[in-house]
Amino acid sequence: MPAQARPTIWEHAQSKGVSRRDFLTACAWMTAMLGLPVSAVAEVTKALETKPRLPVLWFHFQECTCCSESFIRSSHPGVADIILDKISLDYTETLMAGSGQQAEDALHDTMTKYKGEYLMLVEGSVPTAEGGVYCCIGGRTALDILQEAAAGAKAVVCWGSCASNGCVQAAKPNPTQATPIHQLITGVPIIKVPGCPPIAEVMTGTIVHLLTFDRIPQLDGLGRPKAFYSRRVHDTCYRRPNYDAGLFVNSFDDENAKRGYCLYKMGCRGPVTYNACGVMRWNGGVSFPIQSGHGCIGCSEGNFWDNGPFYRHLPSFPGFGIETTADKVGLAAGAVTLAGIAAHAISTNIRKGHLIREEKAASEDVHDGRAEQGGS
Amino acid sequence: MQKATLGRVYVWEIPVRFYHWLNAFSLVVLCVTGYLIGAPLAIQQASEASYAYWFGKVRFLHFVFAYIFFFNFLFRIYWGFAGNRYASWKNFIPYRKKQWKEFKQVVAVDLLQAQNEPIETIGHNAVAGITYFLTFLAFLFQCITGFGLYAAMSKAWFPKLFAGIVPLMGGDFAVRQWHHAFMWFFILFALVHVYIVFYHDYVEGRGEISSMGSGWKFIEKEYHPLLKKTPGTSSKKP
Repeated sequence: MPAQARPTIWEHAQSKGVSRRDFLTACAWMTAMLGLPVSAVAEVTKALETKPRLPVLWFHFQECTCCSESFIRSSHPGVADIILDKISLDYTETLMAGSGQQAEDALHDTMTKYKGEYLMLVEGSVPTAEGGVYCCIGGRTALDILQEAAAGAKAVVCWGSCASNGCVQAAKPNPTQATPIHQLITGVPIIKVPGCPPIAEVMTGTIVHLLTFDRIPQLDGLGRPKAFYSRRVHDTCYRRPNYDAGLFVNSFDDENAKRGYCLYKMGCRGPVTYNACGVMRWNGGVSFPIQSGHGCIGCSEGNFWDNGPFYRHLPSFPGFGIETTADKVGLAAGAVTLAGIAAHAISTNIRKGHLIREEKAASEDVHDGRAEQGGS
Repeated sequence: MQKATLGRVYVWEIPVRFYHWLNAFSLVVLCVTGYLIGAPLAIQQASEASYAYWFGKVRFLHFVFAYIFFFNFLFRIYWGFAGNRYASWKNFIPYRKKQWKEFKQVVAVDLLQAQNEPIETIGHNAVAGITYFLTFLAFLFQCITGFGLYAAMSKAWFPKLFAGIVPLMGGDFAVRQWHHAFMWFFILFALVHVYIVFYHDYVEGRGEISSMGSGWKFIEKEYHPLLKKTPGTSSKKP
């Protein structure tokens, strides 16, 4: 079926009984979500009036569905708007009505009918150990499904840290060889929306961008939308002034913790984590971990699970025990170095002593000679 | 050997000495501020954040000296091509057999102290040269990782040049960790370096310590072609 034959988003909204006023309100919300000025509302409205609904396939592989849980709690625009009106969610294991053969048929239909047009959303990593047997759906491995669906996709959005960087199941020793999506497929634009889970508004914002502009948003060096991942949690944290002032919480039960000082010394990962938590916050802007008195654990960064312990600024040094930081290794190496220097200094006086004594004797001769000459 | 036969040799030119002390000072400032950034002082119950900025100042110092350190380092690389034979890049990259031969000799004489034959080199000996080359690599690593981390909090174009290291190493966390670990390389280096300078001055009496102030060393005439009056042993290029 050609793209033009499908109803546009506006036509679809009308069929659902959405008024013009409500439609324009939704367009204004979306514009704000994308961080665009009011002047862009017209452009967004025009896009939604003329563009057909985007066919979407949403896959669930090795994951906990926390991304879906987050997504269905997005406040603006309402998730019902997104899923039911703006996109055409043809397949998703956790939310679709159909099951079994019906579900598989829906998946197959979309993949063949809208080849090269559908958007593929992936939640979860893909195990590659032992032929991928650790995650199978409908008798097929996740790897197999991923590769088939990605081949005809317009773009792939990696929901959450699992799909973006492997998250918990890719942590050492990674028994199932859980692998992030970008390492398994090529030739398709990939957008990573990391986080465990990602913020609901970030997820909807990314979808809205794809929907409105029909192209992938601007991405950073790691493939994340710049609109949401260009700044560190630390840069947008309301506790940041305490950091610059050198006011830190030293333990969770001290006076500084009550005063709401910076959690840097408690292992807060805000300074190394790129996310929008400090700006968008969670649950419709209610709060985020640091506001609740707990440091950021860096859930949207790769390897965050291995970069532990969470409550210490400096991680364990690779190859040493869990309690061994780079500073402990450094101090030990410093002590060994000093001991070596002391040993070498002693050895020098023993082994090179006669050389120095010869020199001394020689220079005393010179002095004595001069003294005699001067005296005579 | 008789020190009566010593001759004065101008080894370290002014730019080399200037580089050395600026580099030493920068490294001390960078290590102290860097350590503080990693493990800030525990101040209990201070006043409102708006009245203080000491941690911001520590970080500012770190960033300023990072720039000084980097451009000083660039200058030294330039001087490796423009300076005298003792400053030349050829001393640092062990591409000649002779260097490895001397390396073994220095290890035998100065480290293991199994031999007492004198080392003829006037400037950097082979072990020192190779060690400084490794140190330059560490400089480079610290500059790349440091500016890479700084890129996220700066609008300037210069640190952005290094931003690529972050995705390459898998994120800020790993970059910061390695940047921190390498600080210890400089601390250990400084310990050993200062000791060895004292050692050479003590054992050889060539004025190793003062040479980085004055530029002059006192060398046995037989080891320096220009100081040599009677051509005895085969003259070698240093």
